[in-house]
Amino acid sequence: MTIAFYTLAAFILALGVLVVSTKNTVHAVLFLVANFLCVAMLYVLLQAEFLAVIQVLVYAGGIVVLYLFVVMLVNLKRGPETHVDPRRRDRMGLLIGGAVLAEFVAILLYGFAPRATGAAPAAAAPGVGNVEQVGWSLYVDYLVPFEVASILLLVAMIGAIVLAKKEP
Amino acid sequence: MPTGYSANDLVLLLPEIVLTTGLLVVLVADLFTGRSRQHWLGWLTIGVLVATAVPIVALSGHATTAARGLLAVDGFGAFFKLLFVLAAAITVLISRQYLEVEQARPGEYYFLVLCATLGMMVMAAGIDLITLFIGLETMAVSFYVLTGFLRPNRRSNEAAIKYFVLGAFSLGILLYGMSLVYGLSGTTRLREVAVALATQSDSLALKLAVVLVAAGMAFKIAAVPFHMWAPDVYEGAPTPITAFLSVGSKAASFAMLLRLLLEGLPAMAPEWRGLFYVLAVLSMTVGNIAAITQGNVKRMLAYSSIAHAGYILIGIVTATPRGVTAMLVYLMIYAFMQMGAFGVLALLRRRDVVGDELKDLSGLFFRRPLAAFAMLVFMLSLGGIPPTAGFMGKFWLFSAAIEAGYVWLAVIGVLNSAISLYYYVRVVVFMWMREELESASVHPSPGVAVALTVAVAATIIIGVYPAPLFELAEASAKTLGMAPRVLSLR
Repeated sequence: MTIAFYTLAAFILALGVLVVSTKNTVHAVLFLVANFLCVAMLYVLLQAEFLAVIQVLVYAGGIVVLYLFVVMLVNLKRGPETHVDPRRRDRMGLLIGGAVLAEFVAILLYGFAPRATGAAPAAAAPGVGNVEQVGWSLYVDYLVPFEVASILLLVAMIGAIVLAKKEP
Repeated sequence: MPTGYSANDLVLLLPEIVLTTGLLVVLVADLFTGRSRQHWLGWLTIGVLVATAVPIVALSGHATTAARGLLAVDGFGAFFKLLFVLAAAITVLISRQYLEVEQARPGEYYFLVLCATLGMMVMAAGIDLITLFIGLETMAVSFYVLTGFLRPNRRSNEAAIKYFVLGAFSLGILLYGMSLVYGLSGTTRLREVAVALATQSDSLALKLAVVLVAAGMAFKIAAVPFHMWAPDVYEGAPTPITAFLSVGSKAASFAMLLRLLLEGLPAMAPEWRGLFYVLAVLSMTVGNIAAITQGNVKRMLAYSSIAHAGYILIGIVTATPRGVTAMLVYLMIYAFMQMGAFGVLALLRRRDVVGDELKDLSGLFFRRPLAAFAMLVFMLSLGGIPPTAGFMGKFWLFSAAIEAGYVWLAVIGVLNSAISLYYYVRVVVFMWMREELESASVHPSPGVAVALTVAVAATIIIGVYPAPLFELAEASAKTLGMAPRVLSLR
């Protein structure tokens, strides 16, 4: 559990860094997809299956397609090529190899270490599914903020139209 | 925690429901009004605001919660809701003429003003992290669009982009702090958060959360060092929106800050007291000194509003019932004088003149003696000169600070008030003693005249006879659940 969490967290962080540091925009978006998928796995780990599915559908699906459209429409010019270190690949390989090795050692150490039987996160109330629970808290407990959020989306929509429409 | 919804909830949420219905009516009515009859939309908006004020007043005596304990229905919320409705009404009154000069369509404008008001009302009533955040976001997004509403105007565009980027960033910081609070307490309801966190006030993560929440909110109230956006945004936004932004958004953020700190994080009082002490001193000093050098009146008022945020923060540092009362009083007074000053500036906007440079005020007394007199009253009040309301406001804030033992804070505040007089009086000098540049006269529309009359009357009457406002604020501050408990922690 803990190992999985830290591994995923490391991947999410690394992919996040890659998203902002990559020069090629399309590559950045693809790293973002990988990042979103890792976050989805994190949700599965936390037993929030519903959130995980939504994450994949909305973020890795919809939002990323939107990003790709923007990248296509804006047609970003590639920045001037910076000086490329000829030994860059070697160093990258060394780094990744080292990380995998460290992970391997960590897994071994953890595997043989006497484990404290930490309680797993409290599962959802028996008999009530994950999705159903989300529904309850969204439409019953947090009904009022949910309604206000609908006004918020209306404002965003009308604001976009106001700012983007052509003058008559 | 209440377990279900009842008809009672509908009654308790009546102000929000009336306003939501009203803003949708305005949006649809815009479709059916021709170009020539669009000034009716302004009056319809005023009607919606008046209709919202009625249930607010009717519910102001309650002290309960609605919607499963997410929204408080109490005097504190009612006081702020009335302030927002008032500020929105004055904004709409001074907007019509301005929009005609700018040739902007008013339909969506009024709709967005009402949406921002709804967001503020949720911010003042919310006692739940998610509810507060949604309210803040509704207000902020409305203001992003309103700031950039004058699309042909490049300054307006620039202001909107700056406000949006920095605003989104600060909301992220605030949300991070809130998520830490939720993670540490296991609940989003502020009153349960206070109970859960009462025993772990030395946790490092909690301190981090307090810092992040304070930073996020300090951005919204434009306190130094989170003020960089204010001058540019205030200058670029349409003048009535600048007025609404500097009064409504600031008051709503102060209301939310009070809810967060006094209802949710009273256990962390020593930490956030120190933080806001520093922010208050910085805001007062930097705001006033920077305002001296400004030649543009909107920028000058922006820096002055940063300084005023510093004065008001004194109330948070004291965190006593008296300090909170003084904050409420000051915010109400500030609403009148600040909106009035921007109202006069909006009046000066004409087809060929932007009207926000100091020299545009030259000789205003000879062109428009009444407008000049109104501006004189607002400037004196902002500077804190005795017969006006601004003096009473500052008097209570500083005396609350002294009563709570923060004598130095009061001294710094008084010194800063003296500095600020220089640039407020300079405006008066320009109006009275400079040659007028051009003879074109400005004709105030009935709406602007009503708004300025109300603002001048309120500024003078509160200055002469402040007792009713003070008693109202005192009764409202009492209903903010935790204020007495913080006092006993000292």
